[in-house]
Amino acid sequence: MKRIHVGNISEIAEKRSRVVRIGALEIAVFKFSGGTVRAIENRCPHKAGKLSEGIVCDHHVFCPLHDWKINLHDGVVQAPDEGCVTAFQVEVDESGDMYLHIEEESIRAS
Amino acid sequence: MKKKIVMVGNGMAGVSCIEQMLKLAPNRYEITIFGSEPHPNYNRILLSSVLAGDADMKDIVINDWSWYEENHITLYTGHTVNKIDTERKLVRTDGGVSVPYDELIIATGSLPFMLPLPGADKEGVIAFRDIKDCETMIEAAKKYKKAVVIGGGLLGLEAARGLLNLNMEVSVVHINEYLMNLQLDRTASLLLQQELERQGMKFLLKKNSESILGKKRVTGLRFTDGSEIETDLVVMAVGIRPNIALAKSSGIEINRGIVVNDLLETNVPNIYSVGECAEHRGVAYGLVAPLYEQGGVLAKRLAGIETAGYQGSVVSTKLKVSGVDVFSAGEYADKPDTRAVRVQDDFEGIYKKVVIRDGKVIGAVLFGDISDGSRLFAMIRNGEDVTGKEKTVLLGEGGGKAKSGLDLVASMSDDEIVCGCNGVSKGAIVQAVQEKGCSSINEIKACTKASASCGGCKPLVADVLTYVLGADGVKTVKEGICGCTTLGRDEVVEAIRGMRLTTSKEVMNVLEWSNTEGCSKCRPALNYYLAMVWPEEHEDERESRFVNERNHANIQKDGTYSVVPRMYGGVTTPKDLKKIAEIAEKYEVPLVKVTGGQRIDLLGVKKEDLPGMWADLDMPSGYAYGKTLRTVKTCVGSTFCRFGTQDAIGMGIQLEKKFERLGTPAKVKMAVSGCPRNCAEATIKDFGVVAIDGGWELHVGGNGGTKLRGTDLLCKVKTEEEVLEWSGAYLQYYRETGKYNERTAEWVERVGLDTIKVALESKEDRTALIERIEKALDLMKDPWKEIIEQQELRKTFVPMEEQSAESILK
Ligand SMILES: Cc1cc2nc3c(=O)[nH]c(=O)nc-3n(C[C@H](O)[C@H](O)[C@H](O)COP(=O)(O)OP(=O)(O)OC[C@H]3O[C@@H](n4cnc5c(N)ncnc54)[C@H](O)[C@@H]3O)c2cc1C
Ligand code: SF4
Ligand code: FES
Repeated sequence: MKRIHVGNISEIAEKRSRVVRIGALEIAVFKFSGGTVRAIENRCPHKAGKLSEGIVCDHHVFCPLHDWKINLHDGVVQAPDEGCVTAFQVEVDESGDMYLHIEEESIRAS
Repeated sequence: MKKKIVMVGNGMAGVSCIEQMLKLAPNRYEITIFGSEPHPNYNRILLSSVLAGDADMKDIVINDWSWYEENHITLYTGHTVNKIDTERKLVRTDGGVSVPYDELIIATGSLPFMLPLPGADKEGVIAFRDIKDCETMIEAAKKYKKAVVIGGGLLGLEAARGLLNLNMEVSVVHINEYLMNLQLDRTASLLLQQELERQGMKFLLKKNSESILGKKRVTGLRFTDGSEIETDLVVMAVGIRPNIALAKSSGIEINRGIVVNDLLETNVPNIYSVGECAEHRGVAYGLVAPLYEQGGVLAKRLAGIETAGYQGSVVSTKLKVSGVDVFSAGEYADKPDTRAVRVQDDFEGIYKKVVIRDGKVIGAVLFGDISDGSRLFAMIRNGEDVTGKEKTVLLGEGGGKAKSGLDLVASMSDDEIVCGCNGVSKGAIVQAVQEKGCSSINEIKACTKASASCGGCKPLVADVLTYVLGADGVKTVKEGICGCTTLGRDEVVEAIRGMRLTTSKEVMNVLEWSNTEGCSKCRPALNYYLAMVWPEEHEDERESRFVNERNHANIQKDGTYSVVPRMYGGVTTPKDLKKIAEIAEKYEVPLVKVTGGQRIDLLGVKKEDLPGMWADLDMPSGYAYGKTLRTVKTCVGSTFCRFGTQDAIGMGIQLEKKFERLGTPAKVKMAVSGCPRNCAEATIKDFGVVAIDGGWELHVGGNGGTKLRGTDLLCKVKTEEEVLEWSGAYLQYYRETGKYNERTAEWVERVGLDTIKVALESKEDRTALIERIEKALDLMKDPWKEIIEQQELRKTFVPMEEQSAESILK
């Protein structure tokens, strides 16, 4: 498991997201209203829509391509659609710096 | 101990019977179902829609795995039952499973009939029956170009349409001189052929196939007249045969199908059959409506409920091909003892025929306008006597004028069938609305199954809903702007005004949204309404904007964007063209295209390149992505054209400069033509201006998109100033009364042209509207410039962090 520094929480606006690229892996880091952050792979399981561009409501994002709704806590696609996006653990320290925890295999595999 | 039901076949008829039985007697049986296909029960009818790209495989599942679980049904998919031991009451499958039964239902459907042509076993020769066939066609279309469909019936034509949508060249081979000769008469058939030819289908009629050519894979087809056609795929759709092999080998009486009586019993005790495999009174049906009726009777029989038994069905068919409306039912052919009422209108492409015998309606064929289908079908089923009013049957009370959907619903009796597939009557739907509180098509579908199969009756279901829910029969169903609220557009806007709400958050709080932060439907809508009501106070909520509007470029399917610089009236200069060309090269834009609105589209741009490109272009944003004024298309007008009576280009440029960046409920397109020849196609635009001698005609509510609509004439004016005045007032009225996402075409139909005319009639009202639109226009800034200039905004276009895999893994 790698712990990778990916910027500061202040760089993301609430209800928005920013993209992080680790090798070929693209991850979207979201900030909810209230400040919680979550990270998932930036690829909708439907037709690979960039989830970072979706509209964020509570802890869900709506894919910008065809409006699938995805739970950002676990990456699970909400009914009636089905599927799952890889979710990554993000850690935020006191100064607001964010760290992603990623398996080495996923970096290598990407 | 519960009795055991085993069902062989996991198709539409069988499972529908089980569903109905479960409702009548939920806990009576222990149920086991075997299906050869690896899927849960799906809607075979909609394979045509999957092929045509209108539905996804997952959309067509009727009962998913969890349904079987919840109802404690043991389901074996991928198992073919190959033995019924009627002595010991056991079935056995090819997978070695053996299960005892008390009652056995055979619902094995039918097999596609494959012509026994030499070469029919080659790769690329298939039928159209199940998901696998559908997938084979979709795959083939990726690699190959040409397809031949053998069979010009319902199924063949639907397959052909699907293959056309998959970009294949499609020829339909038909042995008869007329398409769908089993369902249509000659006139309707010719009309159908013309329409399909227009769509790009080719036909080889009166052709008899002799052999299939090719080595391993098919390369062509030879006919008995010696001619040949090249092809990479052959789809046989020449008919079906009841699938009776299992019944036959088990000693059950068969004829063409498995012979059943009115209670769907075979000659062997405790064994029943429903669906396409069954033959009742000499008929084996190939459509779901009768099969569902059979299922209903068998369900009652198994639940131990008295039933009059199945009496046979009159069937109706409809072709599910986009742009073609065909309906036929009952006996449609002319015979010596029949008479018919016909209407044929070559201009509208409409043909209707109602066949009458002894004063009773016995059949009908409709082409082009099938709105009378369910009414006529009901008459056929009821055997209604129409002596003396034969013409009214076809032409309606109004003597030719089409009845509106609501009038039609009002005149329907309660037992008239609305959904033919599922046998749902008007009365059943009305009851679902009144007693179970259904208020949307989806709820009706969940509750009664109406519109759950082929979907053809959806408009009629909607009419019934409106008819019941609208207090005076006109009011439409009240639905919230999204799933988060039950409030409609007007109530929300009213609250925003009345309670001075200025942020989405406030609106959702005060109006008690069920999702605290809304959804992707209401958030952009609220952001629009707030900006419309409070242009000055409201701060745009970027996080509530759809990606295109947030990034000021259109997102494409691969996540890249397209950039469209503003080009007023479609006019550019060599200098600008050069600049655009250079920038396209600099950023390696993969595709440069002229849009339908006469602008240049640079496609395939990476998000991080957008601000740089905008800066280099140094042109205003063309807003090809927003709910705003997109373009004003123009013809050359009097500037160059020998017919032009006015300066169309100049007028177009003025309009575009005036209204660019304005937020509207949906996108707005305009056009200006220099004379009534209308080369700018102004009469399919949201606002169209057509020059006439000494003035201008103003047209509104047109749309060239999904639902084609020609404009209505709003008024005629004399001067350019008046054009600007009326267009401004019209746009503001639309801004203030339109629903978010509602194009002017729908809006004009909803609020009515007369209402709009009245609202804009007086100079005073127009001036007031214009004052309000000016206020909104004054506040607009060019978004590209704004982003280029503000570091904070520009930053969001590049990744927050980028690291190479090596640097991390080392
Ligand atoms: C592309 C297409 C479009 C159509 N469009 C329409 C339409 O618009 N309107 C309309 O009314 N009808 C339409 N139909 C016809 C309609 O789908 C059928 O009438 C209906 O599906 C028949 O239902 P069934 O249960 O008898 O057979 P099926 O739905 O075919 O089910 C039979 C099932 O039994 C399985 N089976 C067979 N033998 C065994 C065995 N020994 N062991 C285990 N399982 C077995 C089969 O694999 C199959 O899944 C269409 C059909 C197709 C193919
Ligand atoms: S609309 Fe009239 S003025 Fe404009 S190009 Fe056509 S013919 Fe010429
Ligand atoms: S790609 Fe995300 S919903 Fe289609």
